[in-house]
Amino acid sequence: MKKTMKDSKSPRDLSSRVAKHIYSLPKSGIRDFFELVNTMDDVISLGIGEPDFVTPWTIREGSIYSLERGRTSYTSNLGLLSLRKAICKYVAENYKVEYDSVHECIVTVGVSEALDLVIRAITDPGDEIIYNEPCYVSYYSEIKMAHGVPVPVPTYEKNNFALDPADLEKAITPKTKAILLNFPCNPTGATLNMEQLEQIAKIAVKYDLLVLTDLIYSELTYSGNILPAISSLPGMKGRTIFLHGFSKAFAMTGFRAGYACGPFEIIDAMMKIHQYSMLCASITAQEAAEEALRNGKREMESMRREYMNRRNVIVKGFNKMGLSCFMPEGAFYAFPNITSTGLSSTEFAKRLLMEKRVAVVPGCAFGKSGEGYVRCSYATSMEGIREALKRMEAFLKSLKK
Amino acid sequence: MDHKQDILRVLREDARLSNEDIAERLGITAKTVAATIRKLEKDGVIVGFRALFDDSKLPENAVKAIIEVKVKPERNGGFDRIAKRISKFSKVESLSLMSSGMFDLMLEIKGETLNDVAEFVSSKLAPMEGVISTSTHFILKKYKVSGKLLQNEEDNERLKITP
Repeated sequence: MKKTMKDSKSPRDLSSRVAKHIYSLPKSGIRDFFELVNTMDDVISLGIGEPDFVTPWTIREGSIYSLERGRTSYTSNLGLLSLRKAICKYVAENYKVEYDSVHECIVTVGVSEALDLVIRAITDPGDEIIYNEPCYVSYYSEIKMAHGVPVPVPTYEKNNFALDPADLEKAITPKTKAILLNFPCNPTGATLNMEQLEQIAKIAVKYDLLVLTDLIYSELTYSGNILPAISSLPGMKGRTIFLHGFSKAFAMTGFRAGYACGPFEIIDAMMKIHQYSMLCASITAQEAAEEALRNGKREMESMRREYMNRRNVIVKGFNKMGLSCFMPEGAFYAFPNITSTGLSSTEFAKRLLMEKRVAVVPGCAFGKSGEGYVRCSYATSMEGIREALKRMEAFLKSLKK
Repeated sequence: MDHKQDILRVLREDARLSNEDIAERLGITAKTVAATIRKLEKDGVIVGFRALFDDSKLPENAVKAIIEVKVKPERNGGFDRIAKRISKFSKVESLSLMSSGMFDLMLEIKGETLNDVAEFVSSKLAPMEGVISTSTHFILKKYKVSGKLLQNEEDNERLKITP
């Protein structure tokens, strides 16, 4: 990064003025790669963690209409009550758990803020939070920023990257505060079945732990219906914070609209942080979110079907060219194993980019247990996917020579 | 399992995909796709495969009109017989029975010129037995055809790598 000119009165070593726990945070592994990719044209990117669809028109039109009506003010800290009611209804219908829209629901600036709020709200210095890894790039740092201790539990290809309850139980210590789950998972596309959810719930009850469930990809589940949330299981509602948002299912990443549902005491604590740092989520985004719940279902389902078709094509393509890849049941990522090439995931991604102009994200960006894999997003057009597969096959052939 | 719905959905988006291509998308075999499509054609569910056009960009001259037709239903057969007779004219692109009360049949008609259409109405359609009145609306410009926008939205650049 370019250093700016300093006047003579600036402190000499500014980095020493940065709080130590922030200074020591790593920058997201994706960032370097992003800088490199951005210098090139003609790249086909399988590196994008957002839908390639534009937000459905009915949602865009809904937010435009709210602007026309002059809806440009703050809302209540918790968010528009009408939206919270719609959210609680949607959650009850789809995830089989009922929340009170007045006391048990908060609207946030994307699910990212909801996650940040809950981690800050529950973490005392030294508290351990366990999460499945490979995982979203923020978990480690979110926990660190709250002076907590991140405890990743690796998941494995042989288990289709589901969290093994036995591994989870082994990671629990007297300092464990919470388990953070993300299924369907970014970057693996893994999901949990009902039996696994029940086993994890039993462990949470046995050790009296909180559970944070990040369900941002949950509508994008390809084997039948959306699974009930873990908070619907016996003994779980009072210890689970349900985190969700509109970005992925409704192709609304730029609106930054998310929410959390959970027991009043935790939501209230989250509300305090939210109130002092954010005040409220943008009213335009909240209006858009309400419209998404009202009229977005049909388009959401048609996007899901399209993702599923692309998933079938990309996973078959990887296996055909000799990269073993399990069939992910959710999200829009495939996570092929690249160890047969003898390259590290970073080398693989760099060389693939430089030699064939295809961008994928090295698995190690999602934690140590992601090494040996690359994340390939299929939230890109079918033509793009086919061309990328062609180039990757040629890349693999060139490696064998 | 029955894949009719899935196959129809894919075909509705793009009818030119090969059986292999459809099979790959749906995770089934090309044989199943071929057999299902054959069955759908045999049952009259699929009646044809055609390209969609933006008429304004076609080299040929074409004038299209929507015509509302009021007809006298027959004692046996209602509107069907006259609807069939009208629909046999090659200029008639589509024909539907409507619930309007103001008129009964609505047809979209395609001619080479304005005159061509007017001629059809005055010499064929209006004098037909059972036709009480017609009302012709010429189409000036189409914005959407069979679910496809004719003006694409601008491409929005996404970041190339995001978490």
